[in-house]
Amino acid sequence: MQHGKYRFIAGFLAVPLAIYAVFVISPFVQAIYYSLTDWTGLSSDMKMVGFDNYARLLKDSVFWSAVGNSVTLLLLLPVVTLSLGLFFAFMLNVGGRRRKKAVIGGVRGSGTYKIVYFFPQVLSVPIVALLFQFAYNPESGALNALFKAIGLGQVQPDWLGDPQIALWCVMAAMVWANVGFYVVLFSAGMSSIPKDFYEAALLDGANRINTFFRITLPLLWDTVQTGWIYMGILALDVSAFAFVQIMSVGPGGPDYSTEVLPLYVYQKTFRDGQAGYATAIGVSLLIVTLIFSAIVMRLGRRERLEF
Amino acid sequence: MGSTSEFNRRDLVKRAAALGIVAIPAMSVLTACAGAGGGGGDKVEKGTKSAKNPLAVNESAGLDVVIFDGGFGDKYAKAAQGEYTKAFPKAEGKVKLSSTQKIQSTLQPRFNGGNPPDLVDNSGAEQMDFGTLVSKDQLTDLTPLFDAPSIDDPSKKVRDTLRPGVLEMGQFGGKETWVLYYAYTVYGVWYSKGNLQKLDAEYPETWDDMLALCAKAKKRGIAGWTYPGKYPYYFPFSLYPFIAKIGGAEVLRRIDNLEPNAWHDPAVKDAFNAYYELYQKGYVLKGSPGLDHLQSQNAWAEGKALFIPNGSWVENESAKQIAKDPNFQLAVGPPSSLSSSDKMPYGTLWASGGEPYIVPKKGRNSEGGMELLRIMLGKKSSQNFIEQVSSLTSLDGGTEGITLPPGLASAQQVLKKAGGNIVNPRMQDWYVALQKEKIGVGAIGEMMAGRMTPDEAIKKIQKYADDTRADSSVTKYKR
Repeated sequence: MQHGKYRFIAGFLAVPLAIYAVFVISPFVQAIYYSLTDWTGLSSDMKMVGFDNYARLLKDSVFWSAVGNSVTLLLLLPVVTLSLGLFFAFMLNVGGRRRKKAVIGGVRGSGTYKIVYFFPQVLSVPIVALLFQFAYNPESGALNALFKAIGLGQVQPDWLGDPQIALWCVMAAMVWANVGFYVVLFSAGMSSIPKDFYEAALLDGANRINTFFRITLPLLWDTVQTGWIYMGILALDVSAFAFVQIMSVGPGGPDYSTEVLPLYVYQKTFRDGQAGYATAIGVSLLIVTLIFSAIVMRLGRRERLEF
Repeated sequence: MGSTSEFNRRDLVKRAAALGIVAIPAMSVLTACAGAGGGGGDKVEKGTKSAKNPLAVNESAGLDVVIFDGGFGDKYAKAAQGEYTKAFPKAEGKVKLSSTQKIQSTLQPRFNGGNPPDLVDNSGAEQMDFGTLVSKDQLTDLTPLFDAPSIDDPSKKVRDTLRPGVLEMGQFGGKETWVLYYAYTVYGVWYSKGNLQKLDAEYPETWDDMLALCAKAKKRGIAGWTYPGKYPYYFPFSLYPFIAKIGGAEVLRRIDNLEPNAWHDPAVKDAFNAYYELYQKGYVLKGSPGLDHLQSQNAWAEGKALFIPNGSWVENESAKQIAKDPNFQLAVGPPSSLSSSDKMPYGTLWASGGEPYIVPKKGRNSEGGMELLRIMLGKKSSQNFIEQVSSLTSLDGGTEGITLPPGLASAQQVLKKAGGNIVNPRMQDWYVALQKEKIGVGAIGEMMAGRMTPDEAIKKIQKYADDTRADSSVTKYKR
């Protein structure tokens, strides 16, 4: 009977495991294999070169700029996006003035805000990137026009054209595009927090800041942590690639100030015909991702609250 | 009561791992198309050679053509395809022409799998690296095409009907010619005759006049120059021939050959200093460092700036904006003379081939691919191209009997004036990363935005060039 049971379980697992092996495990193994070759991407003729690609990586200054920028995005993007998301969600759900009957409520017009915040989520990434690119246009863009209109005609930055601020400009667009999703996610999380907790806190005389840090945030911690990982992945992969590729000077510039790892993978493969080297960069991106996940899991470890 | 959220920690660990895997999509894309092995390579039988069919094309074989669908579109190629089926009626319905902007991602799997198309317009942002294609033996030598009689005049070989320099561009250090550049581009300083007339000026033939004109324009609130700061590698379009004019074509040859200290030539320094002066004196349109090519061309077409470094495609690309000003009169000028001791005369010009066509070696019908090129290099297809996209082709002539749009007419004039003084720097074909990202964005762009002096820029470029020379993964060329 025992024997039959395992066969039964294996029967169910076989298909998903096979799919996982083909579409997830095998690309991993292949990628590591190709990163050890001099594959050009344009011919099946290639040979093993051992760890040459990795040795080259260590000496490649562009690669290190890309790592630096990717890590900057990885550290800052989640913090900024999630903080804003939490703040907005709190104001929409809990932070409003006290009204009769309801214990807690959002600021006036919170229903409308919720919809407005979600708008960017409906637009595709390239459109958001293009919109921001128009706004950043130093010659006729909205931002510099605004500065002129309010009497700051002397302050006319080059935005994306200035290596000091280019990465921040790209990051601002990414935050704008993503914050709405987290407002909705955190709103959903907050609505499942029992009202009597807030009632008790209010009776004890807690203000909004105390309510937020003592009640909302701890009870929302799991959601925040998930959001953190999502944002981290987004900062490292395709989304960062799309924004930088569309918006930045070069792309990746000026002077490599916005070069990120996924963009470098793309350039090495599709422009320079060095797919083997590009795969080595891809593998290093994997390592960065794994380190990030490990750190987040460790930092985020807390006692769960059951209620 | 439930939990704070629908996830528990174990789920989260799994999720994190799964997401980590998603995070390297580039790798799975790459691996999906690799290692498909040789295979393919079975060619169609050759046809019978005749006066009408000098390349011995199999008359009933299919033909597979992939066109880059960029500034020139694909209409001109479709017209040529029609000519092909007229010449080979048995191939009717078997000629497949597709167009894409993503040349490499579309064709990479086919090259790896050994079943590439018969003719490819390898152009655009996703151009496949020629050095790699040549070194991996993926291309057909086009010499039979160049030795075949031309379509209009059987007594002339195709090679004798081309514009000077086009054939050599397709060679990569050997005797074979791997690439045919179909379009013919004139690079230089593009301007509006109408806007210059408003300032009572003509195109300045000396740099002093250039500065004086810019000063005059500045007083009226017009900038002298603008450029696409997002792609500062447009500057070389007028800067490289300027260098050649000052120090001779030899300087550019040494730069192309990545010779040590090639960039420390005094001519380079003079040219850089002259351009830097444009920035220092405030003659460059404010905000240019943050503009892309279309934004800068729009500002220039609106008359906010007089000059822009560009190529002859600008007439087609900015046609709508230019048309808004009926008195615009687009024209192109060669680099102005810096001093009377310049090594080359005024008129020295950068003109060279664009739209590189290749015939992949493992394609099934290589003769057919070359035959289509032979048709395209005929007068009829050539004129069709000129009329449709207002750009010249590599066929020398072909403009008789058609009215050229103003920009193209001006390009034709400066070409005539240049005579033999045409330079053809090859950096942008040979070392794309070095030219665009390093020299363009990393140095010239920084200099023109005022964040680097000419000396610093030259030093940085020389280091980039030295690094490229030392990089064994980059194929090197000499000319």
